[in-house]
Amino acid sequence: MVSTSSRAAKPKAKSAKTPSAAKGENGPVTLLVATRKGAFMVKSDKPRRTWKTSGPLFFGHIVHHMMLDPRDRRTLLVAARTGHLGPTVFRSMDFGKTWKEAAKPPAFPKAADGQKGRVVDHVFWLTPGHAEEPGVWYAGTSPQGLFRSEDGGVCWSPVSGFNDHTMYRKWTGGEQDGTPDGPKLHSVLVDPQDARHLYIGMSSGGVFESNDRGGDWHPLNKGCTMDFLPDPNAEYGHDPHCVRLHPLAPDILYQQNHCGIYRMHRGEGVWKRIGSNMPKSVGDIGFPMVLHPRDPASAWVFPMDGTSVWPRTSPGGKPAVYRTQNAGKSWRRLDSGLPREQGWFTVKRQAMTADAHDPVGLYFGTTGGELWASKSEGAKWTCMARHLPHIYAVEAAQMAR
Amino acid sequence: MKVLIPSPLRSYCAGKSEVEAGGANLSELLADLDRRYPGIRFRMIDEQDGIRKHMRVFVNSDEVRTLDVGLGASDEVMIVQALSGG
Repeated sequence: MVSTSSRAAKPKAKSAKTPSAAKGENGPVTLLVATRKGAFMVKSDKPRRTWKTSGPLFFGHIVHHMMLDPRDRRTLLVAARTGHLGPTVFRSMDFGKTWKEAAKPPAFPKAADGQKGRVVDHVFWLTPGHAEEPGVWYAGTSPQGLFRSEDGGVCWSPVSGFNDHTMYRKWTGGEQDGTPDGPKLHSVLVDPQDARHLYIGMSSGGVFESNDRGGDWHPLNKGCTMDFLPDPNAEYGHDPHCVRLHPLAPDILYQQNHCGIYRMHRGEGVWKRIGSNMPKSVGDIGFPMVLHPRDPASAWVFPMDGTSVWPRTSPGGKPAVYRTQNAGKSWRRLDSGLPREQGWFTVKRQAMTADAHDPVGLYFGTTGGELWASKSEGAKWTCMARHLPHIYAVEAAQMAR
Repeated sequence: MKVLIPSPLRSYCAGKSEVEAGGANLSELLADLDRRYPGIRFRMIDEQDGIRKHMRVFVNSDEVRTLDVGLGASDEVMIVQALSGG
């Protein structure tokens, strides 16, 4: 097995810090809301006081993710399918005004005669490539597959270093190991210091790392518990729900896992369970995790009930965000403005995000179609929209206009 | 030959419910359809050449399950979306 400590000697880092990121953005924010029945754009004014919803785009499509390209701040990609039609990617180069479908959507290679080939059920995750590789995008699919585009999302090719890895079947498990909606490859992370350095998360499978732009991969799950299988310390087979890399401190990784909240300094190569410091009555199970855009010690989670039969709703029907400002040593409950009782929220792994303002704006969408916002880093929450379809993903974007 | 298009796929062919395409078998017909209306094939046929789960294809009144079915000039191909969802 390839060593997981292969990042011990890192190439000299280029500064990932940009002037705007260092002091905070202050322009209008556009929330890109992906739902089971289409996509919506919710745009603010500059002080984030008023918001205007437009859409639905791709009405009736199941939209799993919608992302802005931060390299030009005008190109958008959408991962979509319908209940009946196959998966595809749509692209807009004019802020979402017009859209064109990918000429070659993510798809596994055709299998040889007599062999059973894999079929992409849906594109689940979209990640823009490195800042110095304009046009490069990555897509994660269900079942687990990694795909790359070098032309801005028009043509997609399989990353065979992962999809055809000799360990692929063992790492990804069978269909019984995936989520009810199918096993997924998500959390595709590109190291801002090094375009060759990638991470992925798989539900199930665990966290994996590549140092050569996806040519080879190794598991990165040491220290992460897996209490649902016989060997809790196995090298792979884990269920990371959401993995994040800090943009200004890219050697700091966080994850909300099926088995708790973790943090890793990549140089150490071991996940440390920081969710143990959450209140015992709440626990440290959830789907999303959001990092502060400037402070690597600050993060937010949205706990859910992972007891008994796993309702995956806010513990006790009392929704709350929890924040740490000291890398998980302690957590503070943030529930002002959220329902005090009978609030059975489920917030999926892509459905919570932060903008880059100072103070940071936080946003989450529920499977019940509510969109909530805080422009005070979680101190006070307001419901921005109700009656939307089941929300899969929310991304906060700052467009070039 | 005549190909009947279900409503979810009509955005690919300018809203038409009926189009023309040619081929000696269903595979060739779908390739021709995709040349005329780029992208339409992959939405109903997967990368392993399987007809997607909720799509059905009829040649005249007979349902077909594979793409190697031979076609004649007078045949009519009907693409149908199964009734399911929620």
